[in-house]
Parts: sequence; C-alpha cells; structure tokens
Amino acid sequence: MNDYDFIHGPKLAKQGVLLRVHFKMDWQGQKLAEQLMQILLLVFAVVGFLAGYITGSFQMMVLTYAGGVVLTTLVTVPNWPFFNRNPLKWLDPSEAEKHPKPQPQQPVSSKKKASKK
Amino acid sequence: MHSFGYRANALLTFAVTILALMCAMASICDNLNHPTPTSQVQVLNINWFQKQPNGNDEVSMTMNISADLQSLFTWNTKQVFVFLAAEYGTPKNSLNQISLWDGIIPTKEHAKFWIHTSNKYRFIDQGSNLRGKEFNFTLHWHVMPKTGKMFADKIVMSGYRLPQEYR
Repeated sequence: MNDYDFIHGPKLAKQGVLLRVHFKMDWQGQKLAEQLMQILLLVFAVVGFLAGYITGSFQMMVLTYAGGVVLTTLVTVPNWPFFNRNPLKWLDPSEAEKHPKPQPQQPVSSKKKASKK
Repeated sequence: MHSFGYRANALLTFAVTILALMCAMASICDNLNHPTPTSQVQVLNINWFQKQPNGNDEVSMTMNISADLQSLFTWNTKQVFVFLAAEYGTPKNSLNQISLWDGIIPTKEHAKFWIHTSNKYRFIDQGSNLRGKEFNFTLHWHVMPKTGKMFADKIVMSGYRLPQEYR
C-alpha cells in the first residue's frame, strides 16, 4: 500500500490529499520513528532492570519493560501525522510534461527510484 | 521503516533482543550474591540396622534436619532443590553417596526450616561395610534461576558413626 503511494505520489496528490496525510511517513519521519523506537526501548529496558533489581522482583522488571514495549509500539508503529511534517514535493504532472526527461536515461532513473523503496 | 509491517517487525525484533540482554544481565547479577547458608543434622535414633539376605547392609534412622538457606535466594531465583546425602568411603568405592532426604524450597520464606524425619530413601550399602562406619552428612543444593546459570554447592557435616552391631 505504502510502496504504491510513493511510486504514484503525483497521481495520489491529485486524487486526494487526505490519503497522503493519513497513510504516509516522509523520510525524516521514518528516521525519527526508528530512532524513537530504539531510544524508548533502551530507556525502558534500563528503567525496568533497575526497578526489578531494587524491588528484588523479576516480575517487576518484565512488567515494566512490557509496558514500555506497548507504549513504544503505540508511539512509533502507527502513521502519526507528526511523522509527515516534511512531505515530498512532487512535480505537478502538467509541469513534468513541459520538461520531458532525456529518453536514454528514463529506464535507469525509474529503476533507481524503485530500488530505493 | 516505510510501512506499518516493517516498523512492527523492527520493534518486535529489537524488543526481544533487549529482553534477552536483560535476562543475561539478571543472571550475571547472581554472581554478586555471596550466600552464607548453614545446616545441622542430628541423628535421633537408629530404628533398625541389619544385613539383607543378599549381603548388603541397610540402616533406618530418624533425623532432625535443620537449615537456613535464605541467603541463597536472589531476585532471579525460582526455587532451590536440596538433598541430604550420607557419604563414606569403602575399599570397593572411594566415595559412596546415598541420598536420604530431599525437598524443593519454593520461596525465601520457606528457606529456614527444620524437619524431623526418618530417611525418605533407603540407606543401603553395596556390601557389608556399615558396621562402625564413620560417615559424613552432606547437604547439597541446586539453585534454579528464573533465567541463566544454575548454581550448585554443598555443606559437609562430618563426625557421624554407625553402631558396631546390627539391631
């Protein structure tokens, strides 16, 4: 679904802005989501371990960490709008037609775009 | 990181990896615990002491076993298995170990105990060497952790002697 959105970005933009806002994450958003996930999990691991060690309860450690994992999931897995603050700016199709791409390079460039996904 | 599935997968993988590391840390922390357990065994009575028809000696005795194993318990301990063995040497076997009693201690609260019991498992020698035999009581224990390495140790209590005559 998301791959499809990226490749056909310009078309979708014309069809409806709502789709772009709700189902996509821009490049910066993806980076932010990954870093948030790693930092939050590590912080909860340290907090959980200390909580368990201090209270002398293994269950305390596991429950604290499990809570942290659930919270991290809620923060980083869904496509929250704040992950899409720097949307890609696609050329308008009519604008693109005015500046046709050089013919020999077309297959190469389209391949590159596909592989980036 | 571009799709829901990718992010869920990355999160799950990373979360489980960290959980494994936390469990390893918990197991390593057990090495910081230096337990000081104590135990005592009294032989109250030799119930009977005889030679079986096949020539092996057998003893039945009543004992009072007391122990304080509370210091073995850490936050990573699931339970402690403990057993009392009679140990002695004979010309045929340099070390004989005969388990006389065992038990599982589920919590720290149960780790300081005493029990008045006759031997739970039969005390039979391989041969006829038990008359007047000097032997040790050894309390062995295995600390079973929630995660990681299992520890085992023992306390040797020496200076016990079986009677000279069958009874």
